[in-house]
Amino acid sequence: MSGDTETAAPAVDCTGLAYAFGETNAVDGLDLTVAEGEVFGLLGPNGAGKTTAIRCITTLLPVPPGMVRVFGRDTARERMAVRRLLGYVPQQLSADASLTGRENVTLFARVFDVPRRERAERVAQALAAVGLADAADRMAGTFSGGMIRRLELAQALVSAPRLLILDEPTIGLDPIARTGVWEHIDAVRAATGMTVLVTTHYMDEADQHCDRVALMHRGRVHALGTPGDLTRGLGERRRAAGATGAPPTLEDVFREVAGSGLDDTSGDFRDVRSTRRTANRVG
Amino acid sequence: MSEAPAAQRTASADRAGSIDLLLRQPEPRAGWRVLPARVIALCAVELQKLRHDRTELYTRAVQPALWLLIFGQTFTHIRAIPTGGIPYIDYLAPGIIAQSAMFIAIFYGIQIIWERDAGVLNKLLVTPTPRSALITGKAFAAGLKSVVQALVVIVIAAALGVALTWNPLRLLGVLVVVILGSAFFSCLSMTIAGIVLSRDRLMGFGQAITMPLFFASNALYPVSVMPGWLQAVSKVNPLSYEVDALRGLLLGTPSHLGPDFAVLAGAAVLGVAAASALLGRLAR
Ligand SMILES: Nc1ncnc2c1ncn2[C@@H]1O[C@H](COP(=O)(O)OP(=O)(O)O)[C@@H](O)[C@H]1O
Ligand SMILES: [Mg+2]
Repeated sequence: MSGDTETAAPAVDCTGLAYAFGETNAVDGLDLTVAEGEVFGLLGPNGAGKTTAIRCITTLLPVPPGMVRVFGRDTARERMAVRRLLGYVPQQLSADASLTGRENVTLFARVFDVPRRERAERVAQALAAVGLADAADRMAGTFSGGMIRRLELAQALVSAPRLLILDEPTIGLDPIARTGVWEHIDAVRAATGMTVLVTTHYMDEADQHCDRVALMHRGRVHALGTPGDLTRGLGERRRAAGATGAPPTLEDVFREVAGSGLDDTSGDFRDVRSTRRTANRVG
Repeated sequence: MSEAPAAQRTASADRAGSIDLLLRQPEPRAGWRVLPARVIALCAVELQKLRHDRTELYTRAVQPALWLLIFGQTFTHIRAIPTGGIPYIDYLAPGIIAQSAMFIAIFYGIQIIWERDAGVLNKLLVTPTPRSALITGKAFAAGLKSVVQALVVIVIAAALGVALTWNPLRLLGVLVVVILGSAFFSCLSMTIAGIVLSRDRLMGFGQAITMPLFFASNALYPVSVMPGWLQAVSKVNPLSYEVDALRGLLLGTPSHLGPDFAVLAGAAVLGVAAASALLGRLAR
């Protein structure tokens, strides 16, 4: 866990990342660097390729060597080493409904080789960190959508990952549960200093919680920077062109860089179906 | 929703709580210890699920009970099937144990597709768990569940007056046979899952193979009464070896325990290899 090259390496480094499903170029030449310790938001509408990019970074999809590095380790060559550094919460609500909250987290403590003598305590700390200490022994099937998301956060945290990857952590949740989930993400990040890579299509959330964002559209990054820089830049361009009105939002920035394509690519059937499925399970 | 105030309260309260362990990465286990550790982890989950919900254990006991009660007792009276001198219901009991274990194991392919759709499988694949260890863990979990089921059927059979052995060494052998057989059938079903990729198609396949595997085995009748082509199928059907071993162990009838164990172990290893190789397709 030491050595100059590794401490200097960014948390995530993608160069020319590309992945196609048959004819669909889901990710199409993605360049991305996530610095250690930042909360980085990957933004884009349904179908932009966010999930596919995440699945390449998490070693779920096979990519050629040299395209993706996590803390300097190549995802194609050092799969197991990369996985030990990751905590991953997928887009679907993926806690096991037929186990209790505690059992769900214990499974992940076990598969990350947490020794038995500290397992129970570590699991309890992870559950407490997401505010589920009291509900820990209820079946996960009885949890609300927001609680399941927090349980999944605990599952990811129990192995003390250096990089936490969250794919649409608030999709399908009501506004109050969304706030609850983000509160715990922010708190955990403040307490541990871990790097967070999060995808979302809610621009307001990214504006509020991310240090830097990349706007992704049709498999590529179209703009990159802090939310403040991006909106300020657009505001200045608009003023220079003589326009007046409310200061632009991240969504306005997105409309500008993505062109007219934004509205008519709000997802094909596949995306709609999986979003609905998630929404249904949230209830 | 009353979540917001509660979440705020606990969030601020927990920040005061200790998280020291969550700052330290666990030490990786030595290479050779990863496989047994993952098998134990997945078997523990299986036991937890069985503890939370025993209804499946009971509903799955109905079918074997009916086979023994109706089929077994009827054919014991008719004496139509040559059993080598023992009552037909005794002859049938090991076959029904193997059958109910196979039905449980075949379900694992559907389960792994369900886990893929729910994101559970993806999450496990992003842990330091080699694919073969994940499949082996699932195979043993299937074996464990089958063993629990087998014990239920053994009790039912004993209650119906079947003269089974209570020799602990032989019963230990029964456990091993049931685990190996279920490991193979769960891997067969996960292999097919890796080929067809969708639950609907797998359901069709599951139904299309389980009954033929059952009828093309010595579970209901000895191989000697089968037509030649069926004998050939039975020879390559691991279920026949499982039943042969179970009969030998439980009833003490003449059997071929050495070859039976060898075939079952070999089939299980092949099954794990095939299912592991195809697991990547499910993750895509
Ligand atoms: N398993 C898959 N098979 C075929 N096409 C897929 C698959 N997953 C994603 N796609 C397609 O790839 C594109 C990007 O999808 P995705 O990465 O899920 O986008 P996002 O997460 O930004 O909504 C979409 O057009 C989607 O339909
Ligand atoms: Mg997505």
